[in-house]
This record gives sequence, structure tokens and C-alpha cells, in this order.
Amino acid sequence: MCLAIPARVVEVSGVDQARIDIVGVQKEISTALLDNVAVGDYLIVHVGHAIGRIDPDEAEKTLAYLAEMSDEDARALAAASM
Amino acid sequence: MTKPNGYHRPIDFKHGQVDMTHGSGGRAMAQLIEDLFVASFDNEFLREQNDGASFAVPPGGHMVMATDSHVVSPLFFPGGDIGCLSVHGTVNDVAMAGGRPLYLAASFILEEGFPLADLKRIVESMAQAAKEAGVLIVTGDTKVVERGKGDGVFITTTGVGVRPPGVNVSGGNVQPGDKILVSGMLGDHGVAIMSLRENLSFDTTIESDTAALNGLTAAMLEAVPGIHALRDPTRGGLAAVMNEFARQSGVGIVLQEDALPVRPQVEAACELLGLDPLYVANEGKLVAVCAATDAERLLGVMRAHPLGRDAAIIGEAITDPHCFVQMETSFGGRRMVDWLTGEQLPRIC
Amino acid sequence: MKYIDEFRDGKLARALARTIVREVQPDKSYRLMEFCGGHTHAISRYGLEDLLPKQVRMIHGPGCPVCVLPTGRTDSAIELALRPGVTLCTYADTLRVPASDNLSLFKAKAQGADVRMVYSCSDALRIAQDEPEREVVFFAIGFETTTPPTAVVIKQAAALGLKNFSVFCNHVLTPAAMVHLMELSAAGGADSVRIDGFVGPSHVSTIIGSSPYEGFAARYRKPVVIAGFEPLDVMQSILMLVRQINDGRAEVENQFIRAVTREGNQKAQRLMGEVFEMREAFDWRGLGEVPSSALKIREDFAAFDAERRFAIPYRQVPDPKACECAAILRGQKHPSDCKVFGNACTPDRPIGACMVSSEGACAAFFTYGRFRSTTRT
Repeated sequence: MCLAIPARVVEVSGVDQARIDIVGVQKEISTALLDNVAVGDYLIVHVGHAIGRIDPDEAEKTLAYLAEMSDEDARALAAASM
Repeated sequence: MTKPNGYHRPIDFKHGQVDMTHGSGGRAMAQLIEDLFVASFDNEFLREQNDGASFAVPPGGHMVMATDSHVVSPLFFPGGDIGCLSVHGTVNDVAMAGGRPLYLAASFILEEGFPLADLKRIVESMAQAAKEAGVLIVTGDTKVVERGKGDGVFITTTGVGVRPPGVNVSGGNVQPGDKILVSGMLGDHGVAIMSLRENLSFDTTIESDTAALNGLTAAMLEAVPGIHALRDPTRGGLAAVMNEFARQSGVGIVLQEDALPVRPQVEAACELLGLDPLYVANEGKLVAVCAATDAERLLGVMRAHPLGRDAAIIGEAITDPHCFVQMETSFGGRRMVDWLTGEQLPRIC
Repeated sequence: MKYIDEFRDGKLARALARTIVREVQPDKSYRLMEFCGGHTHAISRYGLEDLLPKQVRMIHGPGCPVCVLPTGRTDSAIELALRPGVTLCTYADTLRVPASDNLSLFKAKAQGADVRMVYSCSDALRIAQDEPEREVVFFAIGFETTTPPTAVVIKQAAALGLKNFSVFCNHVLTPAAMVHLMELSAAGGADSVRIDGFVGPSHVSTIIGSSPYEGFAARYRKPVVIAGFEPLDVMQSILMLVRQINDGRAEVENQFIRAVTREGNQKAQRLMGEVFEMREAFDWRGLGEVPSSALKIREDFAAFDAERRFAIPYRQVPDPKACECAAILRGQKHPSDCKVFGNACTPDRPIGACMVSSEGACAAFFTYGRFRSTTRT
């Protein structure tokens, strides 16, 4: 359910309206479900509406965790092959 | 032909519209044909003003014939229009059979009220496309239907060409072990059209890739005359062609997801709408299947051609009694690439 | 694509897969349900099951709003669409759903109904404004992700004073469905299915937050990990569930920290509460009647409620006998266990709910996975 995609705000184009961009594909969407939308925000877009925001710090934390997990896995592989 | 006596008013291509007289076989139709079609397509066949064209068949070889109807909406889109699309489509069908396209017939069904300015634009686009492809539009037909019974204009093109001896391309020739190649980026045309669709509109710089591929196929067949199969992935996308080949040849196919060339913008548009680029239409790309030993050489020939710069080897045929088309995902897992159920539609889920 | 590509990295996926393999206890089985249809789709489309150890079995849940929409409601939508003067706007997902009398919205369109596909409910509102002579009805489906946008357009319609716009509301609720599943499971007997943990929905949770799952996890003592939408998110969540099960924990954990907070999107929740209220019960295809699981439009916005405006009768339509969707939606059976799967019932001619939408368990398996031999334990 609920196909939604993170997209960057390139313009706050009106009341409760923003223009989002994903790799050059742009669309006007409604931001009525969020407050204080600003250019540069990454919004989660579902059926033409922004339903939430991506928190860049939390995203970094998840990616850092995945990288660490990958390092541990590499060590485990190395250990197993000895 | 001698010109009729007296003054006849020139066609108003700026403000005029198609009306029922243009299809009724009388003077108005003759004038439209002469001042628009013959003038734009301009060749010895049309200048003879007969109903059909007659030409000699080159000796040896095999004739190839193909036909396509075009109902695309909108009529004008980034990268092309229904006119050049109708020329490219049939030229490509002949080329995919291994033929060198020579002559086209073009039939028009025009809707009463259709602007002549748009018709002129379409016809001139066809003339340009034919010229670039090296084919002549030698005969045709015009009919007019009442307002509301057509979508502006429908065009049917039929093409004939000649296939040189020694060339035998068919969807039924694919062998296990063969390599599968694609000539470039997938999904451009479908995304360009969809971006203009009401209730779906998004802004993109993606243009239709519509193009005549006969120059590319000629170069490919010269270098590798033993190419097993060729097809252009139009409606239904790459997935349709893969499933057609698998079924026709009784083989399985395994594609490599990481090898598929897709523009980032096309990927993004597909993500937004929940579409899979494998099922999106292309109008200027081809799929080729050849023996594994020929693959690298064929790839080199394709990449050397302007319409094949982004060509890639994307998979291979295998033995499989089920004739499944599978894909190895970027994760190393496998998924099927199934026949589509009707047109691919966007999804919210 | 930022925040998408990074979470589709194949190398990281294989590292996660190896980690899961190392951490599963060899003699234990981990039956994990991914509730959300989008996750079913991601699992199939990326071939994730090929990467998981055999101890982990993914059970596809009922989180597909098209799949669980009862046939009777689709019948009502079709009936509405066939009325002269009505323009029925719908998401594309519903167009090919087969309903009674061999009809679908697509076929109704062929019969002359004015059915229009929209990407957003806002498009339906715009059509109502552009075509005041048409009675525009928006066929609203979806879980809590899709509901707030509907609330927004109903409020906008009210502010504009539109006289020709209404919504046929079929919005359903996630936690209620999860509870119902566990109740069916706890009822025991040969029919029950053991679910050891849940992969929680991504975008539903963006709206409702992680807190609604806390009571559920405590009451049924099952771990819930809220997972992001991308395949790496799903895999990390599976690892987190494996760890919880190994530790004997039953907590709510949030893997989708970049988009989900404990409280969720409170503005969206407020708007939903303003426009909608709970139905006492609602028929779910495959699950039967589920209490407090669906929404209807409040009295304040009655003018925009298609059910009041058009006096739509509702007929309960049972699923065909051969259909195993009920058991499949509950995770008791696998698509390949169904006699009609792949022969009488295919995505081209779907008989039951699970085949109807591309993320239904049967459709996903048919489209992406049926080449696998299926010996299920």
C-alpha cells in the first residue's frame, strides 16, 4: 500500500502548494498536511500530497548503521575464511 | 498534368479546417492531395498522380512488408508527433525483419474540423522523417469522418522493403546461450507521452526517442549477418519483446537488472507513478539477439552508430521448458518479468 | 534518487542477508508477516526471499486496500459510474477489479460510464470545478496514508462551496486489521496461523506514528518493527525482528526513523478526525466483518458524502467457493496452495482479492515469483 516517494522542494509555489523535484522530474503538490515547508526540504509524496518529511539526520543514522553492519559482515567473512 | 483553368483559391493552411469535401473525391480533395501531400512528399511516383505506385523489385533477396496504425494522443509531443512516429514505426518494422525499407504508403483518416495547420505540420514532419530514413512515400489515401468520430487524425502506414539473402531474423530463432542486446535507454517515449496526460501531468525534459532504425540495423547486419532476432520494444516495452521471443523460440530468458540502461529521469518518473520501466514503450530502440561469440562485436557496431551509443548486453537465453523471462535483481535475488495484463497503469499502492 | 538509491544498495543487501543467516537459530522458525502490500511488492520485485535463510518465512498480510475492498462496494462504485451525469474519479488501482456480473470500472467505461483515472484526489476536485454540470464522485480507497489527502480535498470542497463534488468513502484502518488477524489466529484450531512478528507499514506509520502499535505488541506479545519502504529497510527490519524473537522480546521498534516518529503527523491526524469518524464495522474481503476498522464522513460534511447523496445500497457479495483468499490474507495458506491459482485465477482474470492488485499476495507471487518451486513448510 501507499506508494510514496521522497522528493526535494524546489519552490514554495502558493498556500499549501509546493513544487517538488526528483532528478529533474517536477510536479506541483499539496503541502496542506505539513507546516513550515521550505525549499530544500525532502518531502514524502503520496497521491500528489506531502504526507511527511525525511529527517536528514535520522537518514544518516540509518545509513551509518548499515555501513557498520556491512563492516562487521566483512570481518565475519574474513574470519570464516581463515 | 496540366493545371486546371482559371483561378483556384489556395488552401488556407493557417486558419482552414478539414471538412467533408476533402474526403469526397472531388476537386477539394484533389487540391489537398496535390498542394499538401504531393508537394511535401514530392517524388516521381506521386507526381504521376495514379492511385497506386509501381516499381521494380530488386533481383535476389526477399520482399518484406509491414503495416502500423497510429492513434497516439496527444498528436504533438516532445521529440516528435504522430507524423514522424508513423514513418518511423513502419520503417522500423521492416528493418526488424532484416529488410531494407524502400517505399511507404500512408493513409489518413481525418476528423471534420481538424486544423489544416496541424495537418500540414504533421505531413511535413512525415516528409522529413521519410527523407532521413531514405524511404519514399509513394501512395496513400485520404478519408474524412464526421466531427466526433475521430481523434483529429489517424494514420496508417504500410511499408515494403527487401531483405538481402543470408539474413534470417525471427523471434523464433533464439537459442539457449544467445546474448540479448538493447540499443539504448529504455522508457523515454512512454514517459514523455505520459507526462502530457491529463490528471497525471508532471514536468520533465524527457523527449520521445522516436527514430528510424534502418541505418542501425543495416550496419548491424553487415557486421553480423547471422543475427538471430531483432524487434523494437514499442507497446508493452522490453518485457513484451522478451516474452514474445521466449514463447516463439521455446527458451527461457534471464536479464541482468544492473545492465539495463535507463535514464535517471525516466526512473524517477516511473517511481513517482509506480511504473516499471520494463513495460514502458520505446519508439527508437531495438532489441537484438545473437550467438554469444558475436555479442561483443555486435555491441561495438551498435555503439559506433549515433542511435546505439548507449547499447548494452542485458541478458541471455537459457534452456527452460516454461519459457519464463526472469531477471537477476541488483540484490542477487531473482524475479519474473511477466507478460503484462493490459496497459500498465500507475498505482497508489 | 536521494533517499531511495542508498536504500537499494545490492552490496549492503547481501551483507544484511549474511548477517540474518548468521543470527537465525538453526532449529527455530521465524514466521514474519509483512502487513503492507507495498512491502509484499518490494519483497517480490527484489527477490528478497532468495536472500533469506530457510528459517525465515515471509507471510503476506492484508495491507492492500484494493484487495480487501469487498465486491459489494466495487459494485456500488460501478452502479454510480453508470448513472447519467455522474463522473466517477478513481485511482488506477481499482479500474480492473472484477466485480459482480462480470463487470469492472474499466468495462463500465466501455459501456459508456464516465470513469476517469486520477493520480490524486485533488485532480477529482479540479474536475468538479472545471465541469460544474457533472456530478463528480471520488472513489476513495486506502489506509491511513491515503485518508488525510481525502480529508484535505473534502475541506477544500466545503470552503469552495462546491455543489457537485462528493466522496464514496472506503478508507480502512491498519491497527484494527492487525488486531483482527491476531484474534483470528488466537481463536486457535486447525485454522490458526502462527505469526511470530510483524513488519509494520512505512507510510501508514508516517501518519499514525509508532505509538498505536504499542498496545498491540504488549497484548499479543508479538514484536513489531516499522520498516521503511525500500528493500534495505525491509531487510534491516527482518534482522531486527529475528533479534527480538531470539531475545524473547515483543517491542515496537522503528527502523524507519527518517520518516516516522512516535506521535506521527499530528496535523494529518487532526484533519482526518475533523472530516471522518469511525464506522461500527466494515466488511473486509477475506477477513469478514471487522469492528472499528473503517471510516465514514462526518455529518458536518454530509453534503460531500456520496453514500448520503446517492442513497447507495450495499449488498454483501461472497467470494467464489474455490477462492482461498481468506486463508491467504490471514497468512494461513500460500498462493500455490490454492487450487485455482495460476489456472482459472490469474492477473488477467482474477477471481479473488489477492490476485486483483499487483501487490496482492497471489498477484505478486504470480507476476514475480511463480518460477520458484514451492514446497512450503
